[in-house]
Amino acid sequence: MSKKITIEPVTRVEGHGKVTIKLDDLGRVTESRLHIVEFRGFERFVQGRPYWEAPVLVQRLCGICPVSHHLAAAKALDVIVGAGTGEGLTVTGEKVRRLMHYGQFFQSHVLHFFHLSSPDFLFGIDAAPELRNIIAVAQENKDLAYQGIMMRKYGQEVIAATAGKKVHGTGAIPGGVNKNLTLAERDNLLKGPDPMSADKMVEWSLGALDFFKHYHKNNQQMVDNYASFPSNHLSLVRKDGALDIYHGVLRAVDNEGRRILNDVDYQDYNNYIEEEVRNWTYMKFPYLKEYGREKGWYRVGPLARLNVCDFIPTPLAQKEFEEFKAYTKGKPNGMSLHYHWARLIEVLHSAEVMRDLLNDPDLQGNDLVVKGARQGEGVGVIEAPRGTLFHHYKVDDNDLITMANLIVSTTNNNEPMNRAVNATAKAFMNGKQEITEPMMNAVEVAIRAYDPCLSCATHALGQMPLEVTLMNEQDEIIDQKIKG
Amino acid sequence: MADTIKIKIDGKEIITSKGKTILEAATDNGVFIPTLCHFPGVPPKGSCRVCTVKVNNRFMTSCSTPAADGMNISNNHEEIVDYRKSIVELLFVSGNHFCPACEKSGNCELQALAYRLGMLVPRFPFSFPKKAVDASSPKIIKEQNRCILCKRCIKTIKDKEGKRYFAFSHRGNQLEVILDKQMGNTISDKLAKQAMENCPVGSIIYKGKGFSDPIGKRKYDKKPIGSHIEK
Repeated sequence: MSKKITIEPVTRVEGHGKVTIKLDDLGRVTESRLHIVEFRGFERFVQGRPYWEAPVLVQRLCGICPVSHHLAAAKALDVIVGAGTGEGLTVTGEKVRRLMHYGQFFQSHVLHFFHLSSPDFLFGIDAAPELRNIIAVAQENKDLAYQGIMMRKYGQEVIAATAGKKVHGTGAIPGGVNKNLTLAERDNLLKGPDPMSADKMVEWSLGALDFFKHYHKNNQQMVDNYASFPSNHLSLVRKDGALDIYHGVLRAVDNEGRRILNDVDYQDYNNYIEEEVRNWTYMKFPYLKEYGREKGWYRVGPLARLNVCDFIPTPLAQKEFEEFKAYTKGKPNGMSLHYHWARLIEVLHSAEVMRDLLNDPDLQGNDLVVKGARQGEGVGVIEAPRGTLFHHYKVDDNDLITMANLIVSTTNNNEPMNRAVNATAKAFMNGKQEITEPMMNAVEVAIRAYDPCLSCATHALGQMPLEVTLMNEQDEIIDQKIKG
Repeated sequence: MADTIKIKIDGKEIITSKGKTILEAATDNGVFIPTLCHFPGVPPKGSCRVCTVKVNNRFMTSCSTPAADGMNISNNHEEIVDYRKSIVELLFVSGNHFCPACEKSGNCELQALAYRLGMLVPRFPFSFPKKAVDASSPKIIKEQNRCILCKRCIKTIKDKEGKRYFAFSHRGNQLEVILDKQMGNTISDKLAKQAMENCPVGSIIYKGKGFSDPIGKRKYDKKPIGSHIEK
């Protein structure tokens, strides 16, 4: 008899989602979906508010990477206050923002790898659920857990020094920043008490990469084949093609590496990107207009960024990037679990950039804000840890916001995550009449690779719960398991 | 020394001069009594009641009650602190105060008082009133969601001829402080900034200032409200 499986909630991701998988009479997977069951509404909340509130208000979407929303909104408002599109700020303004962003990139990626994903690698996908958490990681591999916690703390300290506090600060304001980095703050981050120094973060980032590469070597077939499928990839890149998570132009490549969006100005994103609504989820499906819904969908995030950029502008991460690229002979990499590899290369890159920035005296400058001719509309785009993040605002003559549109990183990954769920469900559940817990975790592992932030993506309330329902072709529930 | 009088606040003997209010006498002698509608240099009205103390076992507003010889005043008594807290809570529930996105956060007297009085969550239900934002002036935003009707702007923001920029409008639970449209269009930069400064909450916003005070440098980031008075 045909069935529908529901996995709810999806665990060790940020936000609340569920998965449904339909099986036919022979137990073959016919359809699977990742549903986002939260609703938020920030695009409406900000309407009627003074535009300078947006970076502080909209960042409340998330407690994990609020800096991304804070900065994307600030970048959009830079345009509105006439400070240009990312390049018009003072050197201190831009560099303090960069330090804030790389700090949050570092802590968010570390949180995802060590706290959320490392249990899968350390204990295996089919390990007992009570082992798959950071406490068990700490008991099994004390050093790994300790480093993960301290690396995250370091990133949070960078945010606190630049934004005023670790979560939901106010550092970026339209046209610049409201503070520089004092010498005391710099010294504390550069050469803080062991292990909280910039050098140690670089060293530990290399260690984390080694951990993953060792796992990959021992589980090559599984890692490479897990939810592996071709796709387009989209991200910001610096004008010279370098990886740049703060500012650049929009570039997309297809699965062969051909450019299908060629370094365009993100102020015109509306000309290139369209969003589709489907009635079973609160999360939209963006795609490249020119290629339509079927062929225009794309991946974003660490894997996409490394597929799109030409090089990484820091030496240690560049070396790792070359190894990463060589693995697929220079072609775009479509292996979902390689997101972790790409993410850890970005952790190393962030550690290097933070170290370089902390040694830069521009951070102690006092020229913090730029303003010019007021505009009515602005777009801010940034590479959030989970991918490309778009903020778009319109402001009236009285300085109140009249329109806000956010395309959040996880939303951009909606189609690929659904495909990853489908691929994993087929691999693990085809022909099975009983759902086992490891099968459900296998689906979650695929979703987790994308590090989705479901709360941000839907514009939520509640906890972070995965539901798997097994239904027949008449949509009758045969079996259902809920985790939370 | 005929002008000198003696009062006691929470058992502490204070020598002050005749004609001072209880609040002035307390402030001069390092005793903090919370206020909201009171503004130095403006005749007190005692309308917000946050400065209430017990004088010889009777509730009185300290900003408007002259100190008299021999008064025995209770200020930091548990009952009075809770009474003040309930007033602050009422102010929170009768407006729409979303501190996380308010640029006055850290500089806001209502928020600072709530922290000082230990308010965690109001005991009263939120009323979520429908309030407007008047952004028509080129210099000022009048954010009615955050107004506590203290009248400080009405009393202190005037032009050279003494004409007021702000006034009460409507009555009862519709009462609000509005900015005169014509005067709002011509208000000077200096006066607009002064209006924001004099407002105890985030109801008067000087346009374009937005979050320019970094966290850590705001008025109440390091020390609670009243610390500068206490000895």
